[in-house]
Amino acid sequence: MSMKNKSLISITDFTPEEHIRILDLAEDFERQPTQRILEEFVVATLFFEPSTRTRLSFESAASRLGAQLIGFSEPASTSLQKGESLRDTIRTISNYSDIIIMRHPREGSARFASEVASVPIINAGDGANQHPTQTLLDLYSIRKTQGRLDNLEIAFVGDLKYGRTVHSLVMAFCNYNTTFHLVSPEALKLPSSVKMHIKDKKLSYYQYTDLQEVVPKADIIYMTRIQKERFSDPIDYEKVKNSYVLRKQMLDQAKENLKILHPLPRVNEIAIDVDSNPMAYYFTQALNGVFVRQALLASILGVVA
Amino acid sequence: MAQKEIRKELKVSAIENGTVIDHIPSQSVFQVIRILNLTEYPNQLLLATNLESQKMGKKGIIKVSNRFFVPEEINKIALVAPSATLIVIRDFNVTEKKQVKIPDKVEKIVKCFNPNCITNHEEMETFFNVIDKKELKLRCKYCEKITAKDNMVFI
Repeated sequence: MSMKNKSLISITDFTPEEHIRILDLAEDFERQPTQRILEEFVVATLFFEPSTRTRLSFESAASRLGAQLIGFSEPASTSLQKGESLRDTIRTISNYSDIIIMRHPREGSARFASEVASVPIINAGDGANQHPTQTLLDLYSIRKTQGRLDNLEIAFVGDLKYGRTVHSLVMAFCNYNTTFHLVSPEALKLPSSVKMHIKDKKLSYYQYTDLQEVVPKADIIYMTRIQKERFSDPIDYEKVKNSYVLRKQMLDQAKENLKILHPLPRVNEIAIDVDSNPMAYYFTQALNGVFVRQALLASILGVVA
Repeated sequence: MAQKEIRKELKVSAIENGTVIDHIPSQSVFQVIRILNLTEYPNQLLLATNLESQKMGKKGIIKVSNRFFVPEEINKIALVAPSATLIVIRDFNVTEKKQVKIPDKVEKIVKCFNPNCITNHEEMETFFNVIDKKELKLRCKYCEKITAKDNMVFI
């Protein structure tokens, strides 16, 4: 199995075996985060849309491995402002770097970039479509806290319609005999295209509108933010905004092994009083992102097999 | 019965060599011509719409002289004319008859329904995998969203 020079655009571009290999490598990097194995490489981070957290996580990963970094963190500082096509931008930057990490507001931009680039691309988010490195760090966090990926009861809560982290993670967990508990307002249910993946794998999913109902069942609760701008009618938003907030007392009936994940940033969907509960895992989850990204950079650049 | 059929056929004159595309829904005749790139076809091209049809009520027909299609070419029209039949004519005789088939992949001819898809913003060609041939659902290779029959727009 070699991931050398392979682009990572969608979580399904890597096989389940490759996902596991990345998780195993990430464990090594967690034990020893600073290893100067990428000193000969230039890593480009192209953020056509700002995302401080993801960008810094990648840059931290690359820096800890000794790579040189180039790139931009917002489109205002690029030739895109002058009307350059994505094709030309990617072709040009392919000449300057060994790997490109990109985030772009248009869906499908990363796949297109991987077709025109002469170096591998890592998708750090293309619109509402895919964000595979988030998925890998979620897989890592879940395996680390539960000791396995198989046979888990996973609850996804909040905006399941537009939340791309949810879509990718559901797709990844379709490989692991998972039971899915889907909690969302009517208007923000998981799209049928994603449910089709679950059905294709002959797995079960259950849909709820009440968060409390799933707490006793879940091994993992994956919280997401419900954004006001997703509702055409602001009154609809007001109606649901407080019903998807996880509070400490709701956890009284939870399984002992429950861990709460969130891709962050959080607004109010997890009450502050949950933070001190040992079930809260979202901040450690974000840290795990650095190790997973180190594992990806090292394997795609061919430094580890 | 057979004679009646013949008389109807002759409403559009016969061709010596080429392909007849029959049983096209009337409203799709011009789309088929566009999809097959026949708008500037230099040889004889005969077409008719709103012909009576027992099977379809009304149908269209296109006769293309001196042109024989490979399956990938012709299957593209299955998106707008799934009922179409293809008749190969040599020396005024029918030598082959076949039904069009929905292809596995659809390139260049359909626009992605997702307004935020990169294909709608960059100079590039679209590409879809057909994920449901019965209901006709296409998944965009780029944004991964589904374009269904009802919102299909041809480029």
